[in-house]
This record gives sequence, structure tokens and C-alpha cells, in this order.
Amino acid sequence: MAEARITVRHFNARLWLSGAWLLIALLAAVFAPLVAPQDPLAQDLMLERLPPFWLPGAEPGYFLGTDSLGRDLLSRLIYGGRIAFIVAFVAASAACLAGSALGLVAGYFGGWADRIVSRIVDIWMAFPPVLFAILLIAVFGTGLGSVIVAIAVIDWTRFCRVVRAEAMAQARMDYVESARIAGFSRAGIMLREVLPNVLPSIVALLSLEMGIAVIVEAILSFVNLSISTDDPTWGSIIAEGRLSIHQAWWVLVFPLIALFLTVLSFSQFGEGLKARLDPVLR
Amino acid sequence: MTACLEIAGLSATLANGVRVLRDVSLTVEPGEVRALVGESGAGKSMIGKAVLGVLPPSVRTAAGHILLEGTDLGTLSPKARRTLIGAKTALIPQDPLTALNPSRRIGPQMTDRLVKILGWGGQQADQRIRQLLDEVQIRDPARVVASYPHELSGGMRQRVLIAAAFAAEPRLIIADEPTTALDVTVQKQTLKLIAAMQRERGTAILFVTHDLGVVAKISQRVSVLYAGRVVEEADTAALFAAPRHAYTRALMQATPRYTDPAASLKPVDEKVLAELALEVATADREWETPHG
Repeated sequence: MAEARITVRHFNARLWLSGAWLLIALLAAVFAPLVAPQDPLAQDLMLERLPPFWLPGAEPGYFLGTDSLGRDLLSRLIYGGRIAFIVAFVAASAACLAGSALGLVAGYFGGWADRIVSRIVDIWMAFPPVLFAILLIAVFGTGLGSVIVAIAVIDWTRFCRVVRAEAMAQARMDYVESARIAGFSRAGIMLREVLPNVLPSIVALLSLEMGIAVIVEAILSFVNLSISTDDPTWGSIIAEGRLSIHQAWWVLVFPLIALFLTVLSFSQFGEGLKARLDPVLR
Repeated sequence: MTACLEIAGLSATLANGVRVLRDVSLTVEPGEVRALVGESGAGKSMIGKAVLGVLPPSVRTAAGHILLEGTDLGTLSPKARRTLIGAKTALIPQDPLTALNPSRRIGPQMTDRLVKILGWGGQQADQRIRQLLDEVQIRDPARVVASYPHELSGGMRQRVLIAAAFAAEPRLIIADEPTTALDVTVQKQTLKLIAAMQRERGTAILFVTHDLGVVAKISQRVSVLYAGRVVEEADTAALFAAPRHAYTRALMQATPRYTDPAASLKPVDEKVLAELALEVATADREWETPHG
């Protein structure tokens, strides 16, 4: 090699810390039956409102304490993480696929395609999202599938707008024109030339959307519109914790921390990945 | 012998009816470098875009024919036209920054055109690309092929684009101000490189520029464009010896000369511009009459 290339590899704290939390939370959720110290649904009124491990009166085996029915909080959080991650991955991916595809077509082709897609997005975004979600759940009925559908149906516009704007900017670049001159089809150029330039933003947005999906699911659980109340979700634990905040603050605080860390990690992980994927920023 | 490119009576308008090209006719013979010179906004690049079939959607061709090696592009289906243009022509663009895809490596960007146009296999195309990069005096083709565009200098990128333009052995290359974005020292080398590759292959070039110095160096014939109209057409040597049109003379006087920089920087005379405006207006009236 004629010239030595100097690569500065600096530790990307944002990417690694957020990635670490997501990995731990994900593994715990996937292997919940092996990891959870207790049955998340087992009630024991003898053990109600046990405090977390560092406070007097804590019981070994109930690391983060118990709720007012004597159920182990840590186990409930781990099982609640399952729902959170399923919703995050499935709903965000669905919103991403639909929104990005429409945005790419609208931004790259312009004209009628753009006008139709943009009007639909404008109308869509005029609905208040939470009310829209509640309306959708009312139509589809509660349950995991409905929550996922509701989030995807509401949030595809987020992807659509960003991808459209970026595809539009890319479509004006000379490299697109020279691909046209070489005789490549419009659809081929869109996928091979334009999409790679939009992809880093899509990935960042996808990760951000996973965080948003976790929040939305928690909100819907909080108002009891998510899945059945038996299965613990972070939102439903928060809702229960709110009722006993003066007797057992930990039931409210720990799920909030889990929610906060997960949402923050998703957004930071996305930003970190974006910088990694973009050849110019890298 | 059929001309490599023949443009006959080409007129183009914007959506609001403003004319950008006025009855442009010019031919490029096989193996010839034809310069197309004019100030910015004269429609030089529009002509190139019209030939390559990439006019912006706001511009419509209102009249005229473009013949590529005798085939009238207007008579072909869009798909056949694309294929013909892809096979016979190539573009050396003005801005080497945006003409390469920032998120793809140089190698695949160049080879997939060869695969598409010549139907070659990936390996054959890859070898050809390395040869070409070597020919445009890129020292380490293996490294460049694996690089992203932003890892190369502006001059290197322009050489990559020149190699890419010649890669599929086109009959005609449209060079759209290929040296304008480069600094002066690199300009000269780039010009020499294009001239050398052109001579070796006998590729015809329509060389669009605003720089009469470049015209003198590279072209055999030249068309002078003003407000979308060809005002003068001549052999390059004859044009420089005795420019016939007042605008051409004015343009030459406006070109800086090292020997007498102060005297040579004259703006185009207003009387000349007034005459030109009249000429254009007359032509427009004539053009509009048959259309009612």
C-alpha cells in the first residue's frame, strides 16, 4: 500500500453503553423462565410489600422487593421486558417497512406518487396519536397483536417523512443522473443507488422507534388497554405501583427506571449505529 | 458518413413557456471534439442533458430531432432510447463531488455499468476498471477500487469519472464543464488526459465549457451559444483567427490574458447584448407564428 491509512478508533461510549443495556435486557427477557428468580404471578400475602435488598426487612430471593400482592418485582420486570421487546421489534419494524417504502417511492419518483403519499401523511398526522391508538384498540380489541398493529399504523408516518426528504435530496444528485444515462431502471436506481444513502437514517430512526414503541405500549398498559392484565407489562406494573406509592415506592420506581433506560438506550444506540454506517461520518 | 450526433432544430421550453433552447442545430462527426461555448445560463448543459435524455421534468422539448449515429431518438420507445443512450454515450460531469455515490465503493459503482451495458461478468469488468484507472494515472488502482468517494481528492475523483466515461467504449461523450470544479493546475492535466484518451479511442466528444482557453486547447470545431441560440459555428482555428459574430469577439475580449490582465478583462459590450436581444426576439417571433 502506497500510503499508510491512519484510522482513529475511538471508543464510542454511547454505542457501547446503550448496546450493553439493551443486550442485558434482551437476554433477560428471552431467557425469562431461566433468569427470573420467582414465578412472576405467584402471590404470597405473607411476603407483601417487601422492600428492595438494601433496606431493612428485605428477604433474600426478592432482590427488588415485592408488590402489594407479594409478587416478586424483579421477576415481573423481566417478564414485562418480554412484552416490551416483542412490541419494540415487531411494531417498529412494521412501521419502518411501510413508512420507508412509501417515503422512498414518494421522494425518489416525486410527482403524483409524492403528492398522494404526502397528503395521506398530512391527514394521518392530524390525528392525536394516543387517541388514535385508543380508537384502534377499541376497534381491534385488546391484546398484543392489536397493540402492535396500532403502533405500526400510527407511526409509519415518522419514517415516511424522513425517508421522503432524504430520498428527494439524493434523487437530485448527479450520480443518480449518471445511472439514468447508463440505462438503469428507475426502480433499480432507487434500490441500488438511493437506498444505501438513506439507510443510516432509517436504522437510527428504527432504533428510536423501538424506544417509542416501548413507551406507547407502557402507556396503553397503564390505561389498561394493552394485553390481558394477568401478564405483567412495565406499564401495568407502573399503574399498580402508583396505587401504593406511599407504602412501596419501589413498585413504581423500578419499572420506570427500566423503561427510561431502555428508551434512552434505543435512541442512543440508533444514533451511534448511524454514525457507524455512514461512510462519510465513519 | 453518418454523424455521431446530429441535433436539428432543437427547441425547448420551461413549463411557463420561456424558451431555453432556440432552434439549435449542430453535428458532431465521429472522432471529433466539438466545443460548445457560452456564458452561464446560455443553455449549454441543457443541450447535453437533452442528448442524454435527462432533461429536468420542468423542461420540455418543443421541436427538433436528436440523431445518435443516424437513429432518431424521438422515434424510439423510452426503453429502447435508454438502452441506446446507455450503449452509445457517456457523461463526464462537472462536479466530481456529487457524481459518485457517497455510500458505495468506487469499484462496484464502475463495474455495474459495464455489467449492464456490455453484459460482462463481474471479474472481467473488475479487470477492465483497474486497467482504466491505471490509464488515467491513478497510482494504486487496487486501493481506489476499494475506496469510498470521500476518501479521494477532487482531482482523483474526476479521473475516476473520466475512466468511468470511457469504460464502456461509448461512441460519444458529453463532457459538461469537466474541469470547472478543479483548481488550475489539475485542470490542465485533466484536459490533457481527456484529449489523450479521446485520440487513442477515436471517441467523439461534445465538450461543454465557458472557457475559450479550453476550447482552443481541445476542440477542432466550436459552436458559440447565446441565450439558447447558436450564434456562430466555425473551425476552432478560424474562430480564433477571425471571429465573425460580435458576441464571439466580445467573449474573446472578456477572456483574461496573462500578458495584459488589466486590458483584457472587458465585460461584453452593451451594444452587442442589445443586438443579441433583438436577434433572439426576432427568432422567437418567427418561431411562434406557425404555432398561432
